[in-house]
Amino acid sequence: MSDVKKFLYVNRKAPHGTIYALESLEVVLIGAAFEQDVALAFLDDGVYQLVKGWDTSELGVKNFQPAYTALGDYDIQKVYVERESLEERGLSEDDLIEMTYEDEDDDWAEKSSIRIVSREEMAQIMRDSDVILSF
Amino acid sequence: MGMLHTVNKSPYQCNTLESCLNHVGEGDVVLLIEDGVYAAMKGGRAADVLSAVQGVKVCVLSADVKARGLEGKLIDGVEVVDYAGFVDLVTETDKTQAWL
Repeated sequence: MSDVKKFLYVNRKAPHGTIYALESLEVVLIGAAFEQDVALAFLDDGVYQLVKGWDTSELGVKNFQPAYTALGDYDIQKVYVERESLEERGLSEDDLIEMTYEDEDDDWAEKSSIRIVSREEMAQIMRDSDVILSF
Repeated sequence: MGMLHTVNKSPYQCNTLESCLNHVGEGDVVLLIEDGVYAAMKGGRAADVLSAVQGVKVCVLSADVKARGLEGKLIDGVEVVDYAGFVDLVTETDKTQAWL
Protein backbone atom coordinates (compact mmCIF):
# COMPACT_ATOMS: atom_id res chain seq x y z
CA MET A 1 0.00 0.00 0.00
CA SER A 2 2.40 2.61 1.20
CA ASP A 3 5.78 2.86 -0.48
CA VAL A 4 7.32 4.61 2.49
CA LYS A 5 10.14 2.51 3.85
CA LYS A 6 11.83 2.64 7.21
CA PHE A 7 15.39 3.78 6.68
CA LEU A 8 17.95 3.45 9.44
CA TYR A 9 21.28 5.22 9.15
CA VAL A 10 23.80 3.53 11.41
CA ASN A 11 26.70 5.72 12.52
CA ARG A 12 29.68 3.99 14.16
CA LYS A 13 32.61 6.32 13.44
CA ALA A 14 34.06 9.35 15.27
CA PRO A 15 33.56 12.66 13.45
CA HIS A 16 36.90 13.97 12.12
CA GLY A 17 39.33 11.07 11.79
CA THR A 18 37.52 9.74 8.75
CA ILE A 19 35.03 11.22 6.27
CA TYR A 20 32.23 8.77 7.21
CA ALA A 21 30.36 11.08 9.61
CA LEU A 22 30.11 13.92 7.11
CA GLU A 23 29.17 11.58 4.26
CA SER A 24 26.46 9.98 6.39
CA LEU A 25 24.96 13.37 7.10
CA GLU A 26 24.86 14.18 3.38
CA VAL A 27 23.07 10.92 2.59
CA VAL A 28 20.61 11.41 5.48
CA LEU A 29 19.62 14.79 4.07
CA ILE A 30 19.08 13.29 0.61
CA GLY A 31 16.98 10.46 2.08
CA ALA A 32 14.88 12.93 4.06
CA ALA A 33 14.10 14.87 0.88
CA PHE A 34 12.41 11.75 -0.54
CA GLU A 35 9.92 11.69 2.33
CA GLN A 36 10.92 8.31 3.68
CA ASP A 37 10.64 7.27 7.32
CA VAL A 38 14.14 8.16 8.46
CA ALA A 39 15.80 7.24 11.74
CA LEU A 40 19.39 7.69 12.84
CA ALA A 41 21.36 5.37 15.09
CA PHE A 42 24.55 6.31 16.91
CA LEU A 43 26.58 3.57 18.52
CA ASP A 44 30.22 2.67 19.22
CA ASP A 45 32.45 5.65 18.26
CA GLY A 46 29.49 7.15 16.40
CA VAL A 47 28.27 8.66 19.69
CA TYR A 48 31.24 11.06 19.51
CA GLN A 49 29.53 12.76 16.55
CA LEU A 50 26.97 14.18 18.97
CA VAL A 51 29.37 15.45 21.67
CA LYS A 52 28.76 19.20 21.82
CA GLY A 53 31.26 22.02 21.61
CA TRP A 54 33.24 21.33 18.44
CA ASP A 55 35.79 23.98 17.43
CA THR A 56 37.35 22.84 14.16
CA SER A 57 39.11 26.14 13.36
CA GLU A 58 42.59 24.73 13.97
CA LEU A 59 41.86 21.68 11.84
CA GLY A 60 41.02 23.84 8.85
CA VAL A 61 37.83 21.92 8.12
CA LYS A 62 34.20 23.00 8.19
CA ASN A 63 32.37 22.58 11.49
CA PHE A 64 29.43 20.47 10.34
CA GLN A 65 27.98 20.00 13.84
CA PRO A 66 25.21 22.63 13.31
CA ALA A 67 23.85 20.42 10.51
CA TYR A 68 22.88 17.77 13.07
CA THR A 69 20.75 20.26 14.97
CA ALA A 70 19.01 21.23 11.72
CA LEU A 71 17.84 17.66 11.00
CA GLY A 72 14.57 18.35 12.80
CA ASP A 73 13.69 20.81 10.04
CA TYR A 74 13.92 17.87 7.63
CA ASP A 75 11.34 16.04 9.71
CA ILE A 76 13.85 13.65 11.25
CA GLN A 77 12.34 12.82 14.62
CA LYS A 78 14.11 9.66 15.68
CA VAL A 79 17.73 9.74 16.78
CA TYR A 80 18.66 6.61 18.71
CA VAL A 81 21.80 6.72 20.85
CA GLU A 82 23.09 3.56 22.48
CA ARG A 83 23.48 3.84 26.24
CA GLU A 84 26.27 1.26 26.55
CA SER A 85 28.37 3.07 23.95
CA LEU A 86 28.01 6.33 25.90
CA GLU A 87 28.86 4.73 29.23
CA GLU A 88 31.98 2.94 27.95
CA ARG A 89 33.29 6.32 26.85
CA GLY A 90 32.44 8.17 30.07
CA LEU A 91 29.68 10.12 28.33
CA SER A 92 26.10 10.91 29.32
CA GLU A 93 23.16 12.59 27.59
CA ASP A 94 24.32 15.92 29.09
CA ASP A 95 27.43 15.80 26.91
CA LEU A 96 25.37 15.67 23.72
CA ILE A 97 24.07 18.42 21.46
CA GLU A 98 20.36 19.19 21.52
CA MET A 99 18.37 17.79 18.64
CA THR A 100 14.71 18.71 18.38
CA TYR A 101 11.72 18.48 16.06
CA GLU A 102 8.29 20.05 16.03
CA ASP A 103 5.49 17.59 16.72
CA GLU A 104 2.70 18.09 14.20
CA ASP A 105 0.27 16.06 16.34
CA ASP A 106 0.90 18.12 19.47
CA ASP A 107 0.40 21.72 18.31
CA TRP A 108 3.94 21.82 16.89
CA ALA A 109 5.50 21.50 20.32
CA GLU A 110 9.28 21.31 20.23
CA LYS A 111 10.48 17.91 21.39
CA SER A 112 13.83 16.18 21.70
CA SER A 113 14.67 13.78 18.89
CA ILE A 114 17.31 11.98 20.94
CA ARG A 115 16.27 8.68 22.47
CA ILE A 116 18.78 6.85 24.60
CA VAL A 117 18.29 3.12 24.06
CA SER A 118 19.93 -0.03 25.36
CA ARG A 119 22.06 -2.30 23.18
CA GLU A 120 19.19 -4.78 23.14
CA GLU A 121 16.71 -2.12 22.02
CA MET A 122 19.15 -0.97 19.34
CA ALA A 123 19.32 -4.51 17.98
CA GLN A 124 15.52 -4.56 17.78
CA ILE A 125 15.44 -1.17 16.02
CA MET A 126 17.80 -2.60 13.39
CA ARG A 127 15.62 -5.68 12.96
CA ASP A 128 12.51 -3.49 12.56
CA SER A 129 13.99 -1.37 9.76
CA ASP A 130 13.41 -2.01 6.05
CA VAL A 131 16.68 -0.53 4.83
CA ILE A 132 19.91 -0.08 6.82
CA LEU A 133 22.68 2.18 5.58
CA SER A 134 25.92 1.86 7.54
CA PHE A 135 28.62 4.46 8.03
CA MET B 1 66.36 10.71 24.62
CA GLY B 2 63.40 8.36 24.10
CA MET B 3 61.04 7.83 21.25
CA LEU B 4 57.93 9.67 20.20
CA HIS B 5 54.91 7.48 19.55
CA THR B 6 51.89 8.97 17.79
CA VAL B 7 48.50 7.25 18.02
CA ASN B 8 45.73 8.41 15.67
CA LYS B 9 42.95 5.85 16.23
CA SER B 10 40.17 5.73 18.79
CA PRO B 11 40.94 3.16 21.52
CA TYR B 12 37.36 1.96 21.21
CA GLN B 13 37.65 1.27 17.50
CA CYS B 14 40.89 -0.73 17.40
CA ASN B 15 43.82 -1.82 19.56
CA THR B 16 46.38 0.69 18.24
CA LEU B 17 46.81 2.46 21.60
CA GLU B 18 46.97 -0.83 23.48
CA SER B 19 49.65 -2.10 21.12
CA CYS B 20 51.58 1.16 21.43
CA LEU B 21 51.48 1.07 25.24
CA ASN B 22 52.74 -2.52 25.17
CA HIS B 23 55.86 -1.33 23.37
CA VAL B 24 56.77 1.98 25.03
CA GLY B 25 59.87 2.36 27.18
CA GLU B 26 61.01 4.62 30.02
CA GLY B 27 61.39 8.21 28.83
CA ASP B 28 59.23 7.80 25.73
CA VAL B 29 56.48 10.22 24.77
CA VAL B 30 53.04 9.18 23.55
CA LEU B 31 51.25 11.84 21.52
CA LEU B 32 47.55 11.31 20.88
CA ILE B 33 46.35 12.87 17.61
CA GLU B 34 43.19 12.75 15.46
CA ASP B 35 40.74 10.15 16.88
CA GLY B 36 43.50 9.02 19.26
CA VAL B 37 42.66 11.94 21.57
CA TYR B 38 39.48 10.17 22.77
CA ALA B 39 41.71 7.93 24.91
CA ALA B 40 42.47 10.86 27.22
CA MET B 41 38.82 11.65 27.90
CA LYS B 42 37.78 11.54 31.56
CA GLY B 43 35.52 8.67 32.58
CA GLY B 44 36.21 6.42 29.61
CA ARG B 45 37.60 2.91 29.95
CA ALA B 46 40.70 3.84 27.94
CA ALA B 47 41.55 6.66 30.36
CA ASP B 48 42.14 4.12 33.14
CA VAL B 49 44.62 2.26 30.96
CA LEU B 50 46.36 5.51 30.03
CA SER B 51 46.66 6.76 33.63
CA ALA B 52 48.20 3.45 34.71
CA VAL B 53 51.19 3.82 32.36
CA GLN B 54 54.42 4.65 34.21
CA GLY B 55 57.51 6.55 33.08
CA VAL B 56 55.96 7.82 29.87
CA LYS B 57 54.82 11.34 29.07
CA VAL B 58 51.39 11.52 27.46
CA CYS B 59 50.45 14.47 25.24
CA VAL B 60 47.42 15.38 23.15
CA LEU B 61 47.20 17.69 20.15
CA SER B 62 45.07 20.74 20.97
CA ALA B 63 43.54 21.16 17.50
CA ASP B 64 42.10 17.63 17.64
CA VAL B 65 40.88 18.08 21.22
CA LYS B 66 39.04 21.31 20.35
CA ALA B 67 37.55 19.97 17.12
CA ARG B 68 35.92 17.14 19.06
CA GLY B 69 34.56 19.30 21.90
CA LEU B 70 36.84 17.68 24.49
CA GLU B 71 38.33 20.78 26.09
CA GLY B 72 37.98 20.50 29.88
CA LYS B 73 37.11 16.81 29.60
CA LEU B 74 40.61 15.36 29.70
CA ILE B 75 42.21 13.35 32.50
CA ASP B 76 44.91 14.93 34.68
CA GLY B 77 48.55 14.41 33.83
CA VAL B 78 48.11 14.80 30.10
CA GLU B 79 49.96 17.65 28.43
CA VAL B 80 48.15 19.60 25.71
CA VAL B 81 50.43 20.65 22.84
CA ASP B 82 49.80 22.73 19.71
CA TYR B 83 51.23 22.06 16.25
CA ALA B 84 54.50 23.82 17.18
CA GLY B 85 54.69 21.63 20.28
CA PHE B 86 54.24 18.57 18.06
CA VAL B 87 57.27 19.67 16.02
CA ASP B 88 59.27 20.21 19.24
CA LEU B 89 58.46 16.65 20.35
CA VAL B 90 59.66 15.30 17.01
CA THR B 91 62.97 17.17 17.26
CA GLU B 92 63.53 16.42 20.97
CA THR B 93 63.15 12.66 20.59
CA ASP B 94 65.48 10.24 18.78
CA LYS B 95 62.84 8.95 16.43
CA THR B 96 59.13 8.82 15.83
CA GLN B 97 56.91 5.82 15.44
CA ALA B 98 53.44 6.40 14.03
CA TRP B 99 50.99 3.80 15.34
CA LEU B 100 48.23 3.64 12.73
